[in-house]
Amino acid sequence: MPLNFRTYHELTDPDRSGLPEQIGAQRRRVAERVAGVRQVVAVLSGKGGVGKSYVAAGLSRAVARRGRPVGVLDADLNGPTAPRLLHLPVARCTLRGDAIEPVVNAEGVKCFSMALLVEDGRPLAFRGPEAESHVWRGALEAAALREFLADVAWGPLDLLLVDLPPGIQRFQELADLLPAPPAVLVVTIPTPESADAVRRALRAVHDRGAPCLGVIENMTGGPFAGDAGDSLAREFDTPLLARLPFHPGVHAWDALAQRLGSAS
Amino acid sequence: MKFLCVECDRQMAFEERRLPGDGTLAAAFKCPGCGRVVALLTNPMETQLVASLGVKIGGRTIDEQPLETVRSMVATGKDDAFADGGEKGEGRGPMWSRDAQERLARVPGFVRGMVKRIYVDYARERGIAEITPAVMDTARAELGLEGM
Repeated sequence: MPLNFRTYHELTDPDRSGLPEQIGAQRRRVAERVAGVRQVVAVLSGKGGVGKSYVAAGLSRAVARRGRPVGVLDADLNGPTAPRLLHLPVARCTLRGDAIEPVVNAEGVKCFSMALLVEDGRPLAFRGPEAESHVWRGALEAAALREFLADVAWGPLDLLLVDLPPGIQRFQELADLLPAPPAVLVVTIPTPESADAVRRALRAVHDRGAPCLGVIENMTGGPFAGDAGDSLAREFDTPLLARLPFHPGVHAWDALAQRLGSAS
Repeated sequence: MKFLCVECDRQMAFEERRLPGDGTLAAAFKCPGCGRVVALLTNPMETQLVASLGVKIGGRTIDEQPLETVRSMVATGKDDAFADGGEKGEGRGPMWSRDAQERLARVPGFVRGMVKRIYVDYARERGIAEITPAVMDTARAELGLEGM
């Protein structure tokens, strides 16, 4: 004869562990920290190697030149590049009160990145049992993203660009952590292969209810043929914000920053 | 995660957490009706998964520290990644390394708060950014706290 017993949601006594409350406190910490940020924008692509980090860095510097407070959260935990692209000074991370201060470049762009924490030339490795490490590694990376949002003293910002790694997983984690899904800037190169991969990512953004600010076609005018920027913009009814050549000049970045300012 | 004493139909209450230091975790739960105690024993992978979420079974003994999970879990971190810039208003004080947190968790609950405050004050007064087992050992020796 089967046992007859109550299940999880039928047990309502106070629990000293308070695991849901601990998770709730983590979320509140994120919300409180980003409350001073006017807009969180995820720089995303379904495709690797299209220049997301390059675009995030160039755009943030242009925004800073316009006198607007801006930050870059380097969410590519395994391949962080933002400090080098932003020419950050070599600095230790300063703990002050309940937060870590971001590192600031000469133009005033605030940045935080795993590259500031992990030894040069070494991979991001975690302590823990090696067997079945895939089970917990994803959770740890999501926790690292949460702490980069919640524990870095971003201060009041007009714009916090979150430079995502290729694919869509980190975007989903970001959307889970923030009080509302972030706005998205999509980066592609002109090729149809890139369009295929970015289309999947844009569909996930749409399904998540995140607003898309527009598409940036990078590396135009070179060896990559195609019209991925135009076709994706048409398909998703979103503006094509810029076509960036190899080695765009300051004016190209400034124009993008201006365009983004009017689009957001 | 909850435990039900099926015989009493009562939700069991968390009693005690132990971290034996081998990557596993033990937590005891007691039935408020019949007093029966059961222990939850997690293997290293399960323990790691819980730790990866940044939560503590049995509740927290100290406030969440800045970048706590990153600092405690990253194995390839720079030794000199962090500097202590001092407090800003009512800050949280120095950070606790994972090993130090585990050691603090083994201190009996009724004196844990006092022990924690002693170590925090010790670290603050000396500008120490992170409390580690070595810092705890030094504090015990300097402050005459053998047994804590």
